[in-house]
Amino acid sequence: MNPTTRNRLIALGALLIAGAGLAYVAFGNIGQNLVFYWTPGEMLAQGSKAYGPTIRLGGVVQPGSLQWDAAHTHLTFRVADGPQPGAPSVVVQSRETPPQMFRERIGVVVEGTFDKSQTFTSSRLMVNHSNEYRPPKPGDGPDKWKTTVSAPTAEAR
Amino acid sequence: MTSTVGTVLVLGGLLAAAFGAVVGIEGGLRHRAGALKIVLGAVTAFLICMVGANLTMVYALITHDFSVHYVSQVGSRATPLVYTIVSLWSALEGSILFWGAILSVYVFGFARAHRSDPPTNPLLALGTMLAVGVFFAFLIAGPANPFGRVDPVPADGPGPNPLLQNHVLMVVHPPMLYLGYVGMVVPFGIAVAALLRGQLGDAWMAVLRRWTLIPWTFLSVGIVLGSWWAYAVLGWGGYWAWDPVENASFLPWLTATAFLHSAMVQERRHTLKLWTLSLSLGSFLLTILGTFMTRSGVFNSVHSFTQSEIGPTFLVFLGVVLVVSIVLIAVRGPLLVPEGALGGVASRETAILVNNLLFAALTFTVLLGTVFPLVREAFSGVRISVGAPYFNRMALPLGVAILFLMGVGPSLPWGRASPETLQRQFLIPAAVGVAVVVVCVLAGLRGALALLTFGFAGFVAVVTLREMALPIRVRMREQRESLLQATWRSATRSRRRFGGYVVHAGVVMVFVAIAASQSYVVHTTATLTPGQRFQLGSYTVQLSGLRNGVDPHRRWTAAEVDVTDGKGRHTLLAPRMNFYERSTDPIGSPAVRSAPFEDLYLTLLAFDAATPSASFNAWIFPMVSWIWWSLPLFVFGALFAAWPERRRARAEAAERLAVPGKARSPGAAA
Repeated sequence: MNPTTRNRLIALGALLIAGAGLAYVAFGNIGQNLVFYWTPGEMLAQGSKAYGPTIRLGGVVQPGSLQWDAAHTHLTFRVADGPQPGAPSVVVQSRETPPQMFRERIGVVVEGTFDKSQTFTSSRLMVNHSNEYRPPKPGDGPDKWKTTVSAPTAEAR
Repeated sequence: MTSTVGTVLVLGGLLAAAFGAVVGIEGGLRHRAGALKIVLGAVTAFLICMVGANLTMVYALITHDFSVHYVSQVGSRATPLVYTIVSLWSALEGSILFWGAILSVYVFGFARAHRSDPPTNPLLALGTMLAVGVFFAFLIAGPANPFGRVDPVPADGPGPNPLLQNHVLMVVHPPMLYLGYVGMVVPFGIAVAALLRGQLGDAWMAVLRRWTLIPWTFLSVGIVLGSWWAYAVLGWGGYWAWDPVENASFLPWLTATAFLHSAMVQERRHTLKLWTLSLSLGSFLLTILGTFMTRSGVFNSVHSFTQSEIGPTFLVFLGVVLVVSIVLIAVRGPLLVPEGALGGVASRETAILVNNLLFAALTFTVLLGTVFPLVREAFSGVRISVGAPYFNRMALPLGVAILFLMGVGPSLPWGRASPETLQRQFLIPAAVGVAVVVVCVLAGLRGALALLTFGFAGFVAVVTLREMALPIRVRMREQRESLLQATWRSATRSRRRFGGYVVHAGVVMVFVAIAASQSYVVHTTATLTPGQRFQLGSYTVQLSGLRNGVDPHRRWTAAEVDVTDGKGRHTLLAPRMNFYERSTDPIGSPAVRSAPFEDLYLTLLAFDAATPSASFNAWIFPMVSWIWWSLPLFVFGALFAAWPERRRARAEAAERLAVPGKARSPGAAA
């Protein structure tokens, strides 16, 4: 084996080892930093697997579940799979000021973690965006158009 | 009528591109000199058709011709004229149409610049570029046809996405990104031509380098403007979120940057040819992947895949380009034998080689994080995303290592360095780097990665300035030139060297700005009634009241606040919330008080007109505006480096007649 070939083989081997190391670290880090997109029903079905990882919980704010604490800094509400009564739902706690559009029945995405006490602690509260155009019915005022509930499939940004 | 004209033009473009692609590649392979004239004709026809189709669409938008499918989607009589024109690229079909126009301009520009070269290379390159043109013209004519007819004709349309009519940056930054994306077609064509011929001469390599630098510049500007737009418009309190759309523009930038460096090794040492060409092919592949990711809607949900007609077509094209690239590299690559060898371990070429490996590693990790959710969902149906912590943990150390190399590479000579050289070159910059860290620690700054970044930035800044100043000092001493004269001459004698260091200075600014604004950010939220105030850092923010207003296309509510800084100076800010008639959601407009060393960033989160009260999100971002201020350096440096060398003789002749003033700096206008 001449020196050039040997050097090339060494370089190739070093590259392969470095590449494998990088891939190992990258996949490990991905595994730790996955964000799951679940509805309340899907999340509850995961059982104890749902305790811990970052979750983006998508659903609808359940009517009648909105509660502020006395100082108006701490918000509790339930996020449900859908607006119909009896849909699977989860209690969410948030210390954030909710966005302007936040209200009952609106589609929300809550980012945070779920724990054994069956409470979802929110670190970020987003209202669903819908860029889809819905033609107004005749006689609707401009304010009416804004109350169209956006589809809970589109993800908020 | 407009529909018909548009469709005919697109079909004409498709024909011209297909004809030119066949004639070009066939003529190039058989060395037919006469074919170039025919291909040039096809290129001109392609240009006329594609630009014509775009102008037709703009005409339809301006005249509110809602019988055209695309206009009925994004047009609205209430939208101001400038945003009506801009809505050409505000939705899927229009942006692909715009892609086509830019592509035709690039191909035409390349054809004009190389029409008198020996014909084989231009024929093969133009043929390849026109083959890409065939795909885009097909896309516009078929799956993403914007010229379809709407019946019955609606009286008015919804207008473009409100987010896109909120800020003037929206007018500027997408075209910049497209110019960067689409421009990667040209280096792709050049690289394919080199592989098809099985040889890569120095002249053709210079062509490849210059035509990579042009889209690279646009891409850099587009990325920085895009992050500025995210900061100034989206109002989530940041400028980079590792969003798939952002990553899509970042990936080809990484490979193109790696190319610009490995091209220097190929030029000096005549080795790394195949690697350099692979980076060109890779940059183009990544732009196609990026366009696919951002344009086919796969990232809202993989499930919309079947509904989006453009997705599968794009995937097929991506597959074809990937296979063609790999086959070309495997079959023709061995013909590109290295004529030189790399020097010692402590040499510039080794530093650049390591730089390339780091860029490759960075590209790999970002690509993995971006594509992983797609692959996972396709196979297991689980919807996930990869969080920003992954990207930060993986990419930031690699970025800091690249920053370090920016100081090492320029300090090392080509070939082999003696221990004395190493000591002489590194002592002062390293000492400055250490001093910067010590000063930062004494000033109370903490955080290992940020301190490391500041230290390296000091080290690189000294190296960069020294490398720029050294030839000037030599000229002043040996040629007895004045400072101005010596600067101008040393800069124009080695344009790429000088321009490269100017860009390096800009990159150092960006690194420092990112490290400072990420590590030392301060954030709070508060709800105020008029007269109430909250404190953030040295700022006091007091709510004056709410104000409502009406624009032609929207209503808005602004919270007027009085900001007092640590020195008692007052600034009035008014973060707003805009309500567009046809949108379900209000769109916020943040208000920023920008100072050289920190920004106060306020968004209106919610308001209650009855109380009245307003809730704010407030941040202090140290040094964040340095990111945008690096733009003039990027533009000036890149333009200076790309300026055609052959004009030098003329410039020097002119120089003798007139005293050279300041360097022509097109960057000042940016």
